[in-house]
Order: sequence, then C-alpha cells, then structure tokens
Amino acid sequence: MPRNRRAEREAVRRARARRGAAIAAVSTIVVLGGLGTLVVTSPGWDEVQQRFFDADAFAAIFPDVLEAFWLDVRIFMVVEAIVLVLGLLVAMARTAKSPAFFPLRMLAVVYTDVFRGVPTILLIYLIGFGIPALALEGLPTDPVVLGGIALALSYGAYVAEVYRAGLRSIHPGQREAALSVGLTENQALRHVVLPQAVRRVGPPLLNDFIALQKDVALISILGVAGEAFRVAQIEAQSSFNYTPLLAAAFLYLCITIPLARLLDWWDAPERARG
Amino acid sequence: MNPPVIEIRGVTKSFGEREVLRGVDLEVAEHEVVALIGASGSGKSTLLRCVDLLEDIDDGDIFLDGEVITDPSVDTVGTRRKLGVVFQAYNLFPHLNVIENVTLGRIRAGGVSRAEAEEQAVSLLARFGLDGREKDRPDNLSGGQQQRVAIARAFAARPRAMLLDEVTSALDPELVGEVLRAVRDLRSEGVTMLIATHEMGFAKEVADRVGFLHEGRLLEISPPAELLESPAEPETKKFLRRLLEAGRA
Repeated sequence: MPRNRRAEREAVRRARARRGAAIAAVSTIVVLGGLGTLVVTSPGWDEVQQRFFDADAFAAIFPDVLEAFWLDVRIFMVVEAIVLVLGLLVAMARTAKSPAFFPLRMLAVVYTDVFRGVPTILLIYLIGFGIPALALEGLPTDPVVLGGIALALSYGAYVAEVYRAGLRSIHPGQREAALSVGLTENQALRHVVLPQAVRRVGPPLLNDFIALQKDVALISILGVAGEAFRVAQIEAQSSFNYTPLLAAAFLYLCITIPLARLLDWWDAPERARG
Repeated sequence: MNPPVIEIRGVTKSFGEREVLRGVDLEVAEHEVVALIGASGSGKSTLLRCVDLLEDIDDGDIFLDGEVITDPSVDTVGTRRKLGVVFQAYNLFPHLNVIENVTLGRIRAGGVSRAEAEEQAVSLLARFGLDGREKDRPDNLSGGQQQRVAIARAFAARPRAMLLDEVTSALDPELVGEVLRAVRDLRSEGVTMLIATHEMGFAKEVADRVGFLHEGRLLEISPPAELLESPAEPETKKFLRRLLEAGRA
C-alpha cells in the first residue's frame, strides 16, 4: 500500500511549526523578563520610576500635551507638502541636462550639500533667530513659520536626493524608448521617467517623513508656545519630573509607528514583484 | 528615381578609444528590407542607434529621404518621429498598460486625439494577435507578446522606416515565431526596414538583402541566398560556419 506522502510531510511541517512557536515564546519570556527584572530590581529603580514613569503626572499633563500635539501635526503636514515639492524641483534641477540650466544645477548641488551637512538644530537656530534679527520688513517673525521653513529646507535636501536616486534608477532604455516614439526630452521625463521614479521612491520618502514627524519637536527651541514637546518641557522643568516628556513621546509614537508599518507593507517583497 | 529612404555615408563612431563603426556605407530603398548580421560588438546595434539619433556619429552623414539628419542643426525630435524603433529588451513603459504604451507617442508627439489614437491602436494590436490584451500591464505578458506590443508601438505612427534591433534575441526559442510573423506582416505591407540580427534564419526569411558587419565595417551585402551560398569574404564564411555549427542558420 502506498504511503500517504503528502500527509506525512504536512505532519512533519506542523510539528516543526509548533516547536518553532514554542521556542519563540520561551525565548521572548526569558529575554524580556530578564531585562525587566534587571531594571525593576536595580537600586535606583524607585527614583527612575518616579521621575519618568509617574502615572499620576502622566494623567495630569496628558490632555494639555495632546491638545498641543495638534499643532505638531499641522506643522508636520504643511512642511511635508512643501518638502515633497521642493525636493522634486531640486532633484529635477540637478538632473536637467540643458546648458541653460547650469546655474540652477549648481545651486541645487550647493543646496543639497550644505543643507544635508548642517545639523537641523543649527538651521533652526539660524533661521529662527537670525531672520528676525535682520529686522527687515516683510520677513516672517512667527517662530512656527520660521521653524517650519528651517525644517522644510533641511528635509527638502534629503528628499531631493531620494528623488534623484529614483530618477537615476530608471533604466536609460526607458528614456530612449520615449524619445524613439517622438517625445521630447521634457516629455520623456514627465510621462515616462518621472512617474516610474516617484513610484519607486515611496518607501524611502516615507522613511524621511517619519524622521520629520519627530523632528517637529526641535522647533520647541524657538520657544513656540503650544507645541507638544514645549508644553511637556515647561511642565517637566517646573515639576522636576520627566514624565510629561514621555507623554509627548507617546504621542509621537502614535504617528510614527503606524507610518513605519505602512512603510513595511509598501516595501514588502511581494508588492515589489507585482 | 526616388532617393533611398535611409542612406548611410562613411559613418564612423567611437566610444572613447574603441572604434565601433569604421566607415559604413549603406542604402535602404523604399519598401526594401535590409538585415545586418555579424557577431556581438560588430556595430549593428550602434548603427541603428545612430540612425535614430540616439548616438551622435563622429564622421560621415546619414540621410532620411534624401535629407541629412546627422547635422547638429537638424531637429532630432522631428527626425525620430519619422522612424520606428524596436529594441532588443522591448523597453515597454512598465507603468502604462498595453494600449497606453502604443498611444503615448501618438497623443504626445503626433498630436492625435486620444480617441483616434486608441482606435488605431486597438486595430494595430489585433493585427499582431494582441486583441483583449489592451488593458494588461507589460509585466503580465510573455516576452513574445511584449515584443509584439513594442512593434505596434513603433509602427503606430506609420514611420518612414522601422529599425529592428535584435528583436528576437531576448526571447525563448518557442516565442521567436510569433515575433517573426509580426515582422513578416510588416514586410508584406511594404514597410521599409533595417534590421540588426544574428539570427540568420530570420535574415534569410524577411530580408531582400543581407549585409555582413565585421569590426565596424560592412564587408559585403547581397541577397540572402547569395550571401549564404557564396560569401565573398573569408570573414563572412567563418561567421556563417560558426552559425551553422551552433545550429542557428
């Protein structure tokens, strides 16, 4: 009688999967439990718990921080929109071939080099305090606007490079095929190369969004009233307790973790194949 | 008498130190199909790319319908619109579906309305056995189907001449036939073609004349039967013998 090979194989696979799940569970408990015990039994734990993880302080400040967080979200969304456009324009300026664009190309190179190389926090100081100090008519003085400009300039430089990598990753045969059907260079870029490049850079762009979302907190150094991190910071300084900062951190995570999962989903190999 | 559709005069082309074309002369008359054979690196593809102005030539001239197209002052875009190119790797636009691949050039470069371009494309695709595939993405097609879409795309504007660059080389053997049928179909309509191939069987079947390129020179050109049976040049003999041994003639 022929043995049922399929059933045998499935039984082995099931047994292997059960054993794998058991090992994963045990090792998780051992590692996390061990680390947890180490922290909780440490000599200074009571002190740390009071300073950073005070449940009452958390509950007390959370509504204020949550309300202030709405400003962070708005800043993030506006800056993000500007960054997407600015980055694309800079990337296109850098890849433009025509000699007429030479000065533009130079400018784009200098911009990406300088603004990627300078620490974002320095840029925020420079623009946030420097521009009002010029005392020129018509320039913005609102720290939210200035901080937003600084963030947009900094992230625009990163995103420009992401776009540029995307443009370069499109096979030259695509441009040639577009030219061969009679398109001009600009049409080839717009209808053939760019649409493919933008699709390809989605995941790395999302990665930069996550970084930008939490860097919005940096503009608190300009003394932006009503910004989540700033609100938490003031409370922390007056109460000598860091828990409010954790409340702010919790809110940042509420945005960045879903973005990270979205990124994983977008970047998944089965999607890349499709 | 009409001037040849394509006329190549003393064309040279180097990539850095490497001379790829060392003075090529060739004419392709109206309704004529000329195939170029030769080993990899003999310059066949480069010559086609020079005709479509995808490469700048160093010396010599190329004429289309009697007018020089390789002067720097000539409008390259206008010239390319009179030629249709099919690439070895198909180079279809992966973000567009089949019919959009065929109509993009007609709409953006040919100034044809979308409705008219689509109507033409549907009948052209049907002619190459691709009816019902209009909305598919190139990724979902076999190599042979992709190459037939590429032929339809290149032919959509009814170019003065078609340039076919190794159109069967990337295909599995069983898919070659369907692409050959499409090329034969163009030939029966009297489409002028310049073909680069190392598939002697293909050259024999569709070409009026077959030229042998060797190290950037056109060593000889004659009707396929003649070239096959009594090649004049020893290099041609050597090349044909190698093809025979590889079972590709």
